[in-house]
Amino acid sequence: MSDSIERARWAVIDTWTVTGRDLLHWVRRPGPVLVGLLFPLLIVLMFGYLFGGQMTGFGPAGSGAASGQGYREFLVPGVFGMTMLFGLEITMLAVTVDANRGITDRFRSLAMSPVAVVGGRSVADLLNAVLGLAVMIAGGLAIGWRWRDGLGPALHAVALLLLLRFALIWVGVYLGLMVKGPEAVVAVQILVWPLGFLSNAFVDPATMPGWLGTIAEWNPLSSTVSAVRELFGNPVGQAGQGSWVTEHSMLMATLWPTLLLIVFVPLAVIRYRRLSR
Amino acid sequence: MSNKNTDGENAVVVTGLRKRYGSVEALAGLDLVVPRGTVYGLLGPNGAGKTTAIRILTTLLRADGGSAEVSGFDVARQPAAVRARIGLVGQHAAVDEILSGRQNLVLFGRLNHLGPERARRRADELLDRFALADTAGLPVDRYSGGMRRRLDLAVGLITAPSVLFLDEPTTGLDPRGRNEVWDAVRALVAAGTTVLLTTQYLEEADQLADAIAVIDSGRVIAEGSPDRLKSMIGGDRVEVVLRRVQDLTRAAEVIAAATGGAPGAAPSGASDGRLEVDRDARRIRALVADRSGALVQVVRALDAAGLETEDVALRRPTLDEVFLQLTGHSATKDSTLEVLA
Repeated sequence: MSDSIERARWAVIDTWTVTGRDLLHWVRRPGPVLVGLLFPLLIVLMFGYLFGGQMTGFGPAGSGAASGQGYREFLVPGVFGMTMLFGLEITMLAVTVDANRGITDRFRSLAMSPVAVVGGRSVADLLNAVLGLAVMIAGGLAIGWRWRDGLGPALHAVALLLLLRFALIWVGVYLGLMVKGPEAVVAVQILVWPLGFLSNAFVDPATMPGWLGTIAEWNPLSSTVSAVRELFGNPVGQAGQGSWVTEHSMLMATLWPTLLLIVFVPLAVIRYRRLSR
Repeated sequence: MSNKNTDGENAVVVTGLRKRYGSVEALAGLDLVVPRGTVYGLLGPNGAGKTTAIRILTTLLRADGGSAEVSGFDVARQPAAVRARIGLVGQHAAVDEILSGRQNLVLFGRLNHLGPERARRRADELLDRFALADTAGLPVDRYSGGMRRRLDLAVGLITAPSVLFLDEPTTGLDPRGRNEVWDAVRALVAAGTTVLLTTQYLEEADQLADAIAVIDSGRVIAEGSPDRLKSMIGGDRVEVVLRRVQDLTRAAEVIAAATGGAPGAAPSGASDGRLEVDRDARRIRALVADRSGALVQVVRALDAAGLETEDVALRRPTLDEVFLQLTGHSATKDSTLEVLA
């Protein structure tokens, strides 16, 4: 009994120590973190101002919003979601590098809590996501994006985004343990793009060919983005009038990440255990 | 459970350890006994099973069969107790490249459950001991190979482990880095740590180990003190190339007398003779026990007999030769296993 309390205590302490290691990385080598934080802003500026003028149909009817402004309202929550998806690479790269450099083995040979290896990773990556969202929200506000339905729903939206990121941490841990070396991470970095574009993050799936639009609507990213748009009171596009998955985006924004967790937590744990085979 | 080393005399006891990866048998019944307070060398080529053995002993890998105890605890059944008593320095320096040397030591000290203050004090002690205090604030990716390995060693010693495992601690280091690591290991042993180290280099085992096990294809094929092993495998060789081929027979007698062996007499356990004569190359090769003494004696004896030489050299057996003698097959296909001169 007191034994398991002791174990839990060390799991928390060790997790925090491993988290601290990542936070020290940010301080000692801020470059990659800064690029990671600023890159989504660049996407907002690129899409919002280069393509935004051509994007119509996003402003509330009769609101008189200048063309482009409506799209930017639509785009910003999409890029919030996209940022969570980019986080997959951060997790995966960190896990692969540690495994390849022998750091993971060193952790495993210590008398530390085994939970802390992935636990520390999760906390650090979630903190990174919080920081990323804070930067994005500030950037969004600067170009005129607003949350329009009050603070409560806005915080709910942030929670849904972080839930998606949390689920993707486990996907990243699993993939990071699967691949042989950091080179393979590049493949995932590339594949993240079509995965992100095949959603409602940048354009309304209603404008895609029917079958493609359906796939985009069923993309877990789309559910989170739709729910978040609704909670922020931003334009949701005309998508999915009648489509079940979009109508139920609020439910699906919880269900999809839960499903990912149900699948990938055991996979990652099995993979981690198989390091000793 | 049966702890075979409950008397505390042995730090590591391995019995019939087996591990298979698909069709490859990495360990085929490995037996080892490492007495407490000694340095034990596992010598063998790539793929002999050295790393697999270390990974099982440090609880990173599960064995398919056999048993292993470290400090009296079974590695499979009491992994946590084993981890609390060991240090591991793996093949690549497993330290955080971005953090500084001191931050690494504090991090791993904390993960070894030292309090913040004790972790910092321990870090400073180890930085001093491994001559890293001046560079303690630099990020590790700016360290030289030797400094990195020393930091790696220091991290492995945070808890003053009773058994330290070193997996090829000097692979990839230049001679200077290698000497730095060797000095550090010697200092540890002087302080009473038991060390189990793997190496591909005969000289490294010779320099550091009290006892050596030569392993091949996952089992021990020879074991003993470096001296015993060297006499078993023939030890060093004096190589003489004569100017005139007609001197060959006479020279062989002189060299045999000088090195204390009769021509053609085979040492126990070795497949070839103590003296080898190659008529085409006008070369005589003699196995010798005493390195430099033998060389001087051979040169003097040849000189006294008025035999002219083109070349006289002393060389140590390469691991390939050791393997050829012990197993009848070559250690590896590539020739990366030259003994460091």
